[in-house]
Amino acid sequence: MLIFLLRRLFQACVVMTVISIISFIIQDSLGDPVRQMVGQSVSPTEIEEIRQQQGFNDSKFEQYSRYAKNALQGDFGSSYFYKEPALDVILKKLPATFELAFSAILIIITISIPCGIFAAIRPKNILARFLMFSSTIGLSVPIFIVGIFLLYTFSIELQWTPSFGRGDTVLVFGIWETGFLTLDGLSHLILPSFSLAIALLPMFVRLIRSEMLEVLHSEYVKYAWAKGLSPARIYFVHAFKNTMLPIITIGGIQVGTLVAYTILTETIFQWPGMGSLFLDAVNRVDSPLISAYLMVVGAIFVISNTLVDLIYGYINPTVKLASHGL
Amino acid sequence: MKHSVKDIHLPISKQRWKHIWNGFLSDKLAVLSLAIFVFYCVVALAAPLIAPFDPYDPQFMDLENSEIAPYWISGDDRFLLGTDAQGRDLLSTILYGTRLSLSIGILAVIIQASLGIFIGLTAGYAGGKLDNFFMRCADIQLSFSTMMIAIVFLAIFQTLFGSDYYQQLAMLMLILVIGLAEWPLFARTIRASVLAEKQKEYVDAARIMGIGPMRIMFKHILPNTMSPLLVIFTIQIANAIVAEAALSFLGLGMPVSEPSLGSLISIGFSYVFSGAWWICIIPSATLILLILVMNLLGDWLRDHLNPKIYKD
Repeated sequence: MLIFLLRRLFQACVVMTVISIISFIIQDSLGDPVRQMVGQSVSPTEIEEIRQQQGFNDSKFEQYSRYAKNALQGDFGSSYFYKEPALDVILKKLPATFELAFSAILIIITISIPCGIFAAIRPKNILARFLMFSSTIGLSVPIFIVGIFLLYTFSIELQWTPSFGRGDTVLVFGIWETGFLTLDGLSHLILPSFSLAIALLPMFVRLIRSEMLEVLHSEYVKYAWAKGLSPARIYFVHAFKNTMLPIITIGGIQVGTLVAYTILTETIFQWPGMGSLFLDAVNRVDSPLISAYLMVVGAIFVISNTLVDLIYGYINPTVKLASHGL
Repeated sequence: MKHSVKDIHLPISKQRWKHIWNGFLSDKLAVLSLAIFVFYCVVALAAPLIAPFDPYDPQFMDLENSEIAPYWISGDDRFLLGTDAQGRDLLSTILYGTRLSLSIGILAVIIQASLGIFIGLTAGYAGGKLDNFFMRCADIQLSFSTMMIAIVFLAIFQTLFGSDYYQQLAMLMLILVIGLAEWPLFARTIRASVLAEKQKEYVDAARIMGIGPMRIMFKHILPNTMSPLLVIFTIQIANAIVAEAALSFLGLGMPVSEPSLGSLISIGFSYVFSGAWWICIIPSATLILLILVMNLLGDWLRDHLNPKIYKD
């Protein structure tokens, strides 16, 4: 277990180093920080002086190690546009994206598990067939079209829900702006989180169904039937546990997709989160903000992947952790 | 000593293909999907011939014609599917857009496949450290998701080149980024089949006859891994087209002057609020139908060729 943990940690460090190098290259090659600092009316000699002072003429390696050292302390430089530390700007937007992703995950879990299980234990049932058919269609509808469709139907035609923004938010614990606690905030959350969830739902329903079907055909389930256990116990205790194992691993991999999809959802619903911040930063060539976003998202990936592997190892003690992935 | 062993390694015999084809013909949904897909391909190839207007020609951008509803609403028989905000005939832009989306999808998957096949074969055949290294890379890359990688890299390129210059390169960039980001799926599937094939006698026989590893990998093992490849190929083209559309929707893909289906939807999105729904809905429906038939075909192939696609 310890060796596994260390190897995972090592892998995480390697990945973060690669990301930090990419972020550094972005910051280094996009825009001229000195120009940003001094404005237009400064002579070239003065600029050269500042470059020397700030160490922009040092070797790339020295610059990178300085960048990495600052990054470790959470200092990614100041955003050109917001004139604030880049990390602060991003962390201010983090709650919006986090709440969006969290509600989407909640919707996915509450819908996909019952649907998947039902489709597996009653494969011939008309409802199950309908579920599978709609999941095939669902797989073929790109997320942004889902978003546009929901927006058009519920906001424009029916006018049930607001079409953009987060609505009223409440500050909790002094740092976290939440939209969960106000009615207005929740009504703003419905459409974005559902479109995010609908984009990932079909995949999970199909996955749970196929895993469950496989498990139901295994020897130990047949034995459980022969032993005369109640169907509920077989389905929900014995089969369900082993169904969830691969789902957790694949779910962990989907974190990346989820983050990418939040960018799309946030664009459609003008959700003031990290994704739209990133796209704005790209349009404004705000390189400190771009590189800080990469580092934050990279860290989220690495942490969630490591956690998923640990959970997997915890609920499935038979897996040899050391041989299961690095 | 060189022998040509032609008769041992016919991967799937002609009879089996015939059998599969007969099964295919008896499945109406599959035949319908294939027919629609072929229709898309023909229409895409023949777009310059059948499109009523040339959407790249600025002469046909006439603002007086902008936002005309489809024929069955407006009764304007010049524009069957209506026009977009710049007065371009929607039918023509959709035809050209389909052409672009399909070619980007197919070219990107060809890159994915060649890279993935090469890495998968090498990793599976050579084994050991090389195998370990490639598979770790694949793990890491998969955990980041293609969309994320594509968004980040295209965003970086766009800022590096400036958006004007980037628009000229957009197609190439999309193909490269989508192509390079999804190799692990191919590599893993190929590797898994190679590991299974490697155990078989015919590989031992070939090795004993002194055939070089390159030849064994590409001429003897590769043909036997074709059926899983075919399945992934179909599904991946659909995925690549979706990825392209999503990237274009975000403004990181094809420019407005040369719209793919994704950029058409993106243009149309701004007019959904003003009631010109067709600019957005018709390209969306075109895209959804294309993806749907490709997924149905992929599903059918998977069920009937029954390859073991590497799952996690």
